[in-house]
Formats: sequence, structure tokens, C-alpha cells
Amino acid sequence: MKTILGLYNYWIVIFLMMTGFYIVISRGNLIKKVIGLNIFQTSVFLLYITIGKVRGGTAPILEEGVKVYSHPLPSVLILTAIVVGVATTAMALALIVRIKESYGTIEEDEIRERDVEREA
Amino acid sequence: MIEYHLPILQILVPLVAAPICVLLRRAALAQGFSIAVCWTTFAMSIALLLRVAEVGTISYDLGGWPAPWGIVYRVDLLSAFILLFVSGIGAIVITYAPRSLASEIPREKRYLFCTTYLLCLTGLLGIAITGDLFNLFVFLEISSLSSYALISLGKSRRALPAAFQYLVMGTIGATFILIGIGLMYMLTGTLNMADMAVRIRAEEGLRAALVAFAFLSVGISLKMALFPLHAWLPNAYAYAPSVVTAFLAATATKVSVYILLRFVFTVFGVEFAFEDMSLDAVLGPLALAGIFVASTVAIFQRDIKRMLAYSSVAQIGYIVLGISFASVTGLTGGIVHLFNHAMIKGGLFMAMGCIALRLGSVEIDDMRGVGRRMPLTMSAWALGGLGLIGMPVTVGFVSKWYLISAALEIGWWPVAVLVLLSSLLALVYVWRVVEVAYFQQPSERAAEAREAPLAMLIPTWVLIGATVVFGLWTSLSVGVARRAAQLLLGAP
Repeated sequence: MKTILGLYNYWIVIFLMMTGFYIVISRGNLIKKVIGLNIFQTSVFLLYITIGKVRGGTAPILEEGVKVYSHPLPSVLILTAIVVGVATTAMALALIVRIKESYGTIEEDEIRERDVEREA
Repeated sequence: MIEYHLPILQILVPLVAAPICVLLRRAALAQGFSIAVCWTTFAMSIALLLRVAEVGTISYDLGGWPAPWGIVYRVDLLSAFILLFVSGIGAIVITYAPRSLASEIPREKRYLFCTTYLLCLTGLLGIAITGDLFNLFVFLEISSLSSYALISLGKSRRALPAAFQYLVMGTIGATFILIGIGLMYMLTGTLNMADMAVRIRAEEGLRAALVAFAFLSVGISLKMALFPLHAWLPNAYAYAPSVVTAFLAATATKVSVYILLRFVFTVFGVEFAFEDMSLDAVLGPLALAGIFVASTVAIFQRDIKRMLAYSSVAQIGYIVLGISFASVTGLTGGIVHLFNHAMIKGGLFMAMGCIALRLGSVEIDDMRGVGRRMPLTMSAWALGGLGLIGMPVTVGFVSKWYLISAALEIGWWPVAVLVLLSSLLALVYVWRVVEVAYFQQPSERAAEAREAPLAMLIPTWVLIGATVVFGLWTSLSVGVARRAAQLLLGAP
């Protein structure tokens, strides 16, 4: 019981990670792939934040009467990782726009078909 | 003063130059400026290597924050060696770029090419120099994001899905690495590589360390295109602009191999990686399978850029095979092949760029008889091809010599035989192109072709010439690689 409830954050991380990963692998629609990628990355953000959490701790702001702080460094790291994630998403969406312009579709198998047609 | 700040300048110069290219705007200005920046970066890396050879490992605290708390740049012999050839190839390729880009990227987009190219160079150099794990992840993403953009600049529309596929695979790889770093941080409470190495060795039998190790090895293998995780590479290299292929093929996967070396040898340590986790039992067979499968697939390619891309997957196999021996000789072979293959593949893809410029195609049918029309280009290609096979006098022979002696050293003679046999496959795919180019009647396109311009031929020949020079004079490359290998293994 304790392993399930006491570590529920980690279970959510694993669930999100697998969900995102599955979407990336199984979906042929490029936008859905990007969404899956985002969920996958978000799970890692949650993992880092969970690592830094101290039970009963507050935000790391210096104030009288507060003795226990959460570890601020993982949150700072994740801020950087979120920026990287945003950049990746922007890059992916930009590519999808260009793919749509030149292929007229964003389905993976249709893109492949059109390339084969061109060659034939 | 400047000498003291060299480690940070190595990164800062190309990083600051990238946005300046956007401000310059004019194609000619931006290109001239980035050529100057790349050669300056190369000069700095030479100075760094000389200094490291003289005084040993250099540590540089960013912003004056002392080591385990602040970010530290740490240049040891291996880092300096990687910096040297990445910046060297970066400089040679950008010198070659203007003439080749003229036919592949519209003029008004060329300053953006320079910006992304410099950013990619920054990321690759940053990975090699940093001593902080999270910093490594950030530099990895800088180089990856800019390489997705560079690949999508390709002329054919197929470059777009290729870049997208690379983006998806690359992001999964990088996120795996991030998970691994997070778990390691959770265990040790530090992000500094040297500090982590001490703490991880102090605590034994941690399950989280096993998980972190698994995530890291899979993530890094994706990034370095180790068979069977190489699916993104052939399309990305085949459809990217010639300049981009030459640069990425020579540097990007090599720097990922460097990340593997750092994690396995510096952070986790040989005992954990090879005795507790038996990494060699996984890497060795995968490397051998990769060499054979990728070389065989290469034989059947009609697009020669794609053929060379598959050959790159095979060459990564040789490098990883050297690492999996975990002996000084094997590691020397692996590291020396990093350097050698960077020169060979860079040179070959640059020759393909010349052919693409004059023929407008890189299909084998169009390359019929091109040897007579473009003798200088094609002889460079043939010489590079000999390097791939591993002919004596070229650098390929040096790397294979060390790999085979490492295999014999520990009595794995079947592996030595397999390495020799795999050279035959390389012989087949190289000979196929040479035969078509020299001994067949010119195709329509080849009949009208002229020799490539000197602005492209000279950089190509510099790299191809280097493969012969370093094949004969091995004291620099092998000497540095051997000492780096000894440092990694902690041997005296």
C-alpha cells in the first residue's frame, strides 16, 4: 500500500511517460506525434520537481519562521528544460507547416505514398 | 589573460557570432564573417590542445563559482582532441560552403544558414568542453535543434519529413538522457561529473543507478545512431544540403560517442559499466551487427549520399566496437577512428557536394563516366573510399590495425576476422561507384559536366589529403588517442 500511495507522484510520472511514448510510436498524424512528445517531456519535468520536493517544505523564499524549504535547483533546471521543450515544439510545428505546404497532408503513411508515387 | 579564458571563449565566440549573422543580413557578409569566426574557433582549439598537452587538465569555473556548485568547464586531453577536430572540420566545411550553397539555398536565406551553422557548432563544442551534466543536456539540445533546422533546408521536399523524423527520434533520445541525468542527480545530489564520479563509486548496489545507466545508454545510442537505433540517419543525411551533410556526418554522431565515453568511463567507471552491467556484451554484438547490416544495405543504394550515410552507421559500429573492448588498445582504436572517420566522411560528402553542384544529381546512374569529366573531384572521392575500406597508407588502415590488435590481444580472434571480412563489404560499395565513374560511358548529365570550382575543390582536398597525411604520420592522432584512452581507463 505504501509503495502505491507513498510514491504516487512517481506512478504518475511513469504513466505519463508511457502514454506519451506510446502516442509518439503509434500515431501516424504528425501533430499527434508532437502532442505525444510533449506529454513524454512533461513527465520528465514532473520527475525532476518531485525529486526536489521536501515534505512540509515551502517555496525557497527567505522569511522569518520558515525553516524547511523545498530544493530549488531541480525547479531551476526544469525551467531550462521547459524552454528547450518549447523550442522543440515550435521547431516541430514549423516543420509540419512546411510539410503540409509541400505534401498537402500530415499523415505519415500518405507522405510516404506520395514520395513513392513521385519516384514511380 | 586571454589564455586563461580560452575555455569559455571557445564557446562564446561562435555563440555570440550566431546572432550577429542575423544582423549582418547580407549573404556575402554573413558568410565571410562566419568563415572568420570558424577559423578563429579552430585556432583557439589548437591553443587549448597545446596547453592541455603542456599542463594537463584545465578547469575553468564559470562566473567564478567554485566547482561542485558552479558550472565548470573541464578540458582534458580527450575533450581537447574532440574540440580540435570538430572546430577544424567546422572551419573547412564553412570555407567550402558559399559556392555549394549558391545552388542549394536561396540567397535571402543564407544568413540564416550561417546562424544555425554557428549555433550547431557551439552546441557540439559545448558538449565536449563542459564538466556539468545538465549543461551537457542543454548543449546537446542546442546542437540538435539547429541540426534539425539545417537538415530541413534541403532542396528536395523529402528533407522535411526526414528532419521531422530526426526531431522525434532526437528528442526521445535527449529526453532519455535527461531522465538518466535526473536519476543520477537524485542519487548523488550533484551535477558535476567529477564530483558525481566520486559519490557514485562510494555507494554500491543502487537500483536507481542501473535504471539511470539504462536510460542513458539507450538515449546516447539513439543520438549516435548505433544500430538498430539508426533509422533517422540515412534520410536525414541523404536529403540535407551537401554542406550540412558533410558537417553533421563528420561531427554530430562523433560528439555523441564522446558523451558515451564520458558517461561510461568518467562518471560510472569501467568496473560498474563493464563488470556489473556488462555493457560490452550489449555494445559489441550490436556494433558488429551494425557493421554488417549497414554495409550490406549500403551496397544496394542508388543514391550515393544515402549509401555513404549507411556506411556512416557501419563506421559508428567500428568505433563502438573499439569502446566495447574496454582496453587501452581498443579504446585507442575507437578514439582514433572518431578522428579518422570524421575526416574521411567529411571529405567524401564534400566530394559528393561537388558532384551534386555539377551534375544536379547524386544518383549512381547519373554518375556514369563522371571520373573523366571531373577527375580531381572523383580522385578525391576514390582516395576517401580507400580510407573507408582501410587500405594501408590511409587513416582507415590505422584505425582497423588498432581494432584488430585489440581483438587479438584478448583472444577474440573471430571478431578480428569479422572486422577484416567487413572491409570486403566496404570494398564492394566503394568499388561499385569507382567502376561506374571511371569505366563507363558518360551519362547525359556527366557529358555536360565541368570540373568543380576551386573554392570547393581545395577544402575537399585538404580533408582528403589529411587522411593520407595522418595515415602516414600517426604520432599526433594515435599519440593523443592513446594518452586519452589511458586517462579514461585510469591506467598510468
